[in-house]
Amino acid sequence: MSERSDKAYWAANMRLIKISLVIWALVSFGFGILLRPLLSGISVGGTDLGFWFAQQGSILTFLVLIFFYAWRMNKLDREHGVDEL
Amino acid sequence: MSQFVINLLFVGGSFALYIGIAIWARAGSTSEFYAAGRGVHPVTNGMATAADWMSAASFISMAGLIAFTGYDNSTFLMGWTGGYVLLALLLAPYLRKFGKFTVSEFIGDRFYSSTARMVAVVCLIVASVTYVIGQMTGVGVAFGRFLEVSNTTGLLIGAAVVFAYAVFGGMKGVTYTQVAQYVVLILAYTIPAIFISLQLTGNPIPALGLFGDHVASGEPLLTKLDQIVSELGFNEYTTHHSDTLNMVLFTLSLMIGTAGLPHVIMRFFTVPKVADARWSAGWALVFIALLYLTAPAVGAMARLNITDMMWPNGTDGAAVSVEQIETEPRYDWMATWQKTGLLGWEDKNGDGLIQYYNDKNADMQAKAEANGWAGNELTNFNRDILVLANPEIANLPSWVIGLVAAGGLAAALSTAAGLLLAISSAVSHDLIKGQLNPNISEKGELLSARIAMAVAIVVATYLGLNPPGFAAQTVALAFGLAAASIFPALMMGIFSTKINNHGAVAGMLAGLTVTLLYIFLHKGWFFIPGTNSFTDADPLLGTIQSTSFGAIGAAINFAVAYLVAGMTKETPQEIKDLVESVRVPRGAAAAQADH
Repeated sequence: MSERSDKAYWAANMRLIKISLVIWALVSFGFGILLRPLLSGISVGGTDLGFWFAQQGSILTFLVLIFFYAWRMNKLDREHGVDEL
Repeated sequence: MSQFVINLLFVGGSFALYIGIAIWARAGSTSEFYAAGRGVHPVTNGMATAADWMSAASFISMAGLIAFTGYDNSTFLMGWTGGYVLLALLLAPYLRKFGKFTVSEFIGDRFYSSTARMVAVVCLIVASVTYVIGQMTGVGVAFGRFLEVSNTTGLLIGAAVVFAYAVFGGMKGVTYTQVAQYVVLILAYTIPAIFISLQLTGNPIPALGLFGDHVASGEPLLTKLDQIVSELGFNEYTTHHSDTLNMVLFTLSLMIGTAGLPHVIMRFFTVPKVADARWSAGWALVFIALLYLTAPAVGAMARLNITDMMWPNGTDGAAVSVEQIETEPRYDWMATWQKTGLLGWEDKNGDGLIQYYNDKNADMQAKAEANGWAGNELTNFNRDILVLANPEIANLPSWVIGLVAAGGLAAALSTAAGLLLAISSAVSHDLIKGQLNPNISEKGELLSARIAMAVAIVVATYLGLNPPGFAAQTVALAFGLAAASIFPALMMGIFSTKINNHGAVAGMLAGLTVTLLYIFLHKGWFFIPGTNSFTDADPLLGTIQSTSFGAIGAAINFAVAYLVAGMTKETPQEIKDLVESVRVPRGAAAAQADH
């Protein structure tokens, strides 16, 4: 593995982390709390979408995020030749 | 068979299982003791992490907190799960690559400073000990209720059981015991929830039942709940009532605190590869989510059940009578829990009925005056009894009640064991081997780890018996401390080569001190009642309560570290190389061999 490949690997990782954290904050602090009034028009099971995000949607999104990140990073490891043998 | 015998069978049987596993998986080397020989499968590790993480607070308290507050307490749900995203993305894979045994060891090596390592040890021990006291108290209460012994006896039995399997088994024994504890606690949590969800909504999955229709009224469950609680003058269940800024900061503090708690981070040292550490965080959250997606359903459904029981003829009809409570079998649970002092009612106006309503609401006061009510007559309903009493409230079979008893104890004991491991490894590995006696033999280190653990159990038992006035505050302190001290140091250590030894030490000390100060100003110095200058109802800074301050403490830590690092000598090249090597997974096996 060359130093250039390591740099590209780290840059790709940082990009992935940034995107993931934006989604992480959006579903919890955003949809679940701050943006809840904007979503109040969308009703879900007797209440609104913001309530669903605060109690279930954010947790489900976190799950998808972690598994997506693990899958993507393990693939990146191999592409950049930095995976464990 | 009496309920007592059934409880005894469930609790005794589950304990025999845990101790059996601990003997089977006894640790022989330091590597097995601290990191289970790094041979734990990611799914197994995820399950053990889930049991380790979900304490008495998650199992016993959380649904009750949500039930009586509604939407505003969603903070616990988001906060205690969102931290796993931070762990998986920002810490777990890199710390596994680093390949050492403790969190403080990473901080010491990365910031090339034994001062940094010792500061981390102090943060870690303070956070873990405060957290473990809460667990021991929970163990005492649960044993006291279900084995019908005194609180003190219950706590001593619990301490003896933790001692037996944590001290002998080490991480290896604890990991496999925690897998068994997870199975017990998740069954105990979901089985009653499934029964109740079927009764109320006809849907066997509680998480879906929460957003489903209420069978009796045909309306959506949450609409029905909003309607009946507001008819009694309480806040609508699904609407937002608390301060938004405080809600955001509290959620963030719980998230950062989760990612900074050493007993959780340590779990990611036990898997074979870096890739496994990433998967393992995901599996941990899968197993945690099973409980966390059920908890809000348990809360909402229990609130509906309790309100229905107090107003069997609807909120416009007559309230439940004292005679009904004393004679009808479906009210038996009220008499049982009244004995514990955690539930109470009083017929204040002497009409033979128990009116349950919000007597602080102006409309309800007018209604009360018109009807001759003399205030809320369900005088005491401790939120912590909700999950434990839930199967009795829903009139479920007695084996379910026994199972819930075993589940509550599994939650408290598994967390206590994980915390004790974190404490003992900090003392024996960081303090004794790292600082006082570097030439100690592996056998000597193992012995000192076990002695440290025994001492920690004695201290925690003593403080659990004589709680210096803490309960929920201690948990908040543990999270605040972890958020303000450990998480920022770890994150900067991995993601920035600029932060040097002085920066890290100054940052940790600043975050820790300011957070402690803010907590003590609101909760009293060392939690001694009456020594506080402010209260959480009227906090020092705007609306920011002391439990929400961890996030600000973390921000202070980051800021001070950057400032001090900018003014002092640059990080040496070999440390920059170390950071570069931590960032790539290849070579993790090699790092593990040279411990």
